[in-house]
Amino acid sequence: MSLYAYDQIDREMLADRAAEFRGQVARRLSGDISEDQFKPLRLMNGLYLQLHAYMLRVAIPYGALDGRQLRALAAISRDFDKGYGHFTTRTNIQFHWIRLKDAPDILDRLAAVDLHAIQTSGNCIRNVTADPYAGATAEEIDDPRVWSEAIRQWSTFHPEFTYLPRKFKIAVTGSAKDRTAARAHDIGLKLTRNREGQLGFEVMVGGGMGRTPYLGPTIRQFLPARSLLSYLTAILRVYNRLGRRDNIYKARIKILVASTGAEEFARLVEAEWAALDQAPIDLPDLELARIRTAFGVVPFETLPARSDVFEAARAADPALARFARNNLAPHKRSGYAIVNISLKAPGETPGDATAAQMEAVAAVAERYGQDDIRVTHAQNLVLPHVKLDDLPVVFAELQRHGLATPNLDLVTDIIACPGLDYCALANARAIPIAQDIARRFAAPDRAEAIGELKVKISGCINACGHHHAGHIGILGVDKKGEEFYQLSLGGSGAEDASLAAILGPALPADQVAPAVEALVDAYLGLRSDPAERFLDTYRRLGPAPFKEAVYADAHQA
Amino acid sequence: MPTLIRLEDGAFVEAVDRFVTVAADEAIPTDGGVILPLARFEAEGAALLDDGRPVGVLIQPDEAVEGLAYDLPRLALVALSFPKYRDGRAYSSAALLRTRLGFAGEVRAVGDVLREQAREMVRCGFDAYVPSDGSSAADWAGAAGRYRHVYQTAADRRAPAFVERESE
Repeated sequence: MSLYAYDQIDREMLADRAAEFRGQVARRLSGDISEDQFKPLRLMNGLYLQLHAYMLRVAIPYGALDGRQLRALAAISRDFDKGYGHFTTRTNIQFHWIRLKDAPDILDRLAAVDLHAIQTSGNCIRNVTADPYAGATAEEIDDPRVWSEAIRQWSTFHPEFTYLPRKFKIAVTGSAKDRTAARAHDIGLKLTRNREGQLGFEVMVGGGMGRTPYLGPTIRQFLPARSLLSYLTAILRVYNRLGRRDNIYKARIKILVASTGAEEFARLVEAEWAALDQAPIDLPDLELARIRTAFGVVPFETLPARSDVFEAARAADPALARFARNNLAPHKRSGYAIVNISLKAPGETPGDATAAQMEAVAAVAERYGQDDIRVTHAQNLVLPHVKLDDLPVVFAELQRHGLATPNLDLVTDIIACPGLDYCALANARAIPIAQDIARRFAAPDRAEAIGELKVKISGCINACGHHHAGHIGILGVDKKGEEFYQLSLGGSGAEDASLAAILGPALPADQVAPAVEALVDAYLGLRSDPAERFLDTYRRLGPAPFKEAVYADAHQA
Repeated sequence: MPTLIRLEDGAFVEAVDRFVTVAADEAIPTDGGVILPLARFEAEGAALLDDGRPVGVLIQPDEAVEGLAYDLPRLALVALSFPKYRDGRAYSSAALLRTRLGFAGEVRAVGDVLREQAREMVRCGFDAYVPSDGSSAADWAGAAGRYRHVYQTAADRRAPAFVERESE
């Protein structure tokens, strides 16, 4: 047991949705409704019309999957797509080559394993992001999945909040170390305890990427946990009523919060919350306990902190040693580790996984990982509970399927949106740029020597690749029909959140990877010691030496 | 004549509209029910109500329903406008009318009103609909009744999943 166990009600919700969509597709295919009329209906089911085909975005609620579900996704990619899927920065998975007539069958297949495409598009509350280390990290104050599941249910087909001014994204983190980019969400929720030891949330509102990036200010330091849903209702109601609807680029809640002022916005929310009939909205303790119980209990064994099997294997195999250095994180239980699976093999599309790879991860998770798999907003996967004793065999299995790239948070662990290779909104390609950079830093010793360096690439100003939050952010722009790329430095989506600042004039595609290399070389010469990350050096010295490195170089070339 | 669909005791029925919607610059008919824009209601509504005329008010999405609080007990209906179906402000207005302002009269959806919105409208407390897509009462019943459960409490006070589970 690792996932929230769906009960009959949860299953009937998905079945009803799939049946409804089947009817809508039939009406479209028979010509009963036009594409214009059908568009809002298909968007409500995550079906987009892209450059070459329909794209179906499947929700992975708070990024948690089990083996059965991942196998079903693999089978869908094989039977209805080209044999692979693309994990997104929203911890969803997208299939880019779907035929409309197949969509209802796909939804049925998803529903059979408790998956769906509900609210993966449209101006509604989207899939919640949660810490991928939930339930596994010792830093955790409480398990964010419990609260994320409460939000999933509350927000699913919420009648008042289905036609918001714009899409709406919520993140929940249970740890001080923020792996969700909480301040870059419409609402960021950080679990915390007050002086009396009560559980609650710090509530941040109005963050976001896009063409006008903001870090969300905290509007409430402590919200008692059991009031979560009524407080969210108050925020959403204020936004639904007052958010701008005249301009799609000014419709996100960040614009409302910024123009109202965080203090005044907080006052509006508090006034709405005080006037709300909260009791019928908030989940009773019994239901919260039921949800918590429905996640089951991981049957951890009592193990020594040190595993002789693992220590011997890593002493003998430098590749395993490197993987362990870069891709493992400490587990709350002794004798266990959190294993990060990078979907950023050099030369591959960031976030893509083939059907065979998905099945391999499912098999490893089922056998060695408590049947628990997480998707991260950095487009990687996580096996949250692996015994140290099993690490050598897990590593070997991952390696066999090209899934043991030892580069977590290194320069080659690049976030990239699908860009102009797929997306109708993009101005420029993102994937080939990521591949160029990854190839340039393919030597693992070098990448490791450089240390943590988050490169994030967006193919247009909508910023799906989170370039504003990149230590190095890269934005594709269109200059008279040619693809150019603007570099920004100093962003972070973590607990030390900051927005990246533009470094200088945009560069043509073939100069992007050389520029990143110039930045890295400059950093290596400037850092005070190897523990000082690229981001820290940039923060200490400012843009001047980096600007010099890129643009002096460019002039010579 | 556009169809008026009403939700009466859980059933969708096509009904005769006893109200005339009066535009900002139109003369008010001499008898029968009228629906007035908010500004006009503020200027002329009291006189009509004093004459015993059935009066409704048409609220645009940027007008706050709280402004009607004092008048609601005397109003026959509140019509909430959807300039575009994507403009969801009227859902909050309806929810407020039902749950905060205690309005028991008719809450009518007008404008870009599609059968696909039936469920959201019912749940937010609308009980009358003037569809713009030619849909019938049967279409609305079908669209509103597709789901066996709801997850959250809304103005319709339908028992959400967590209450259903409690009683199992």
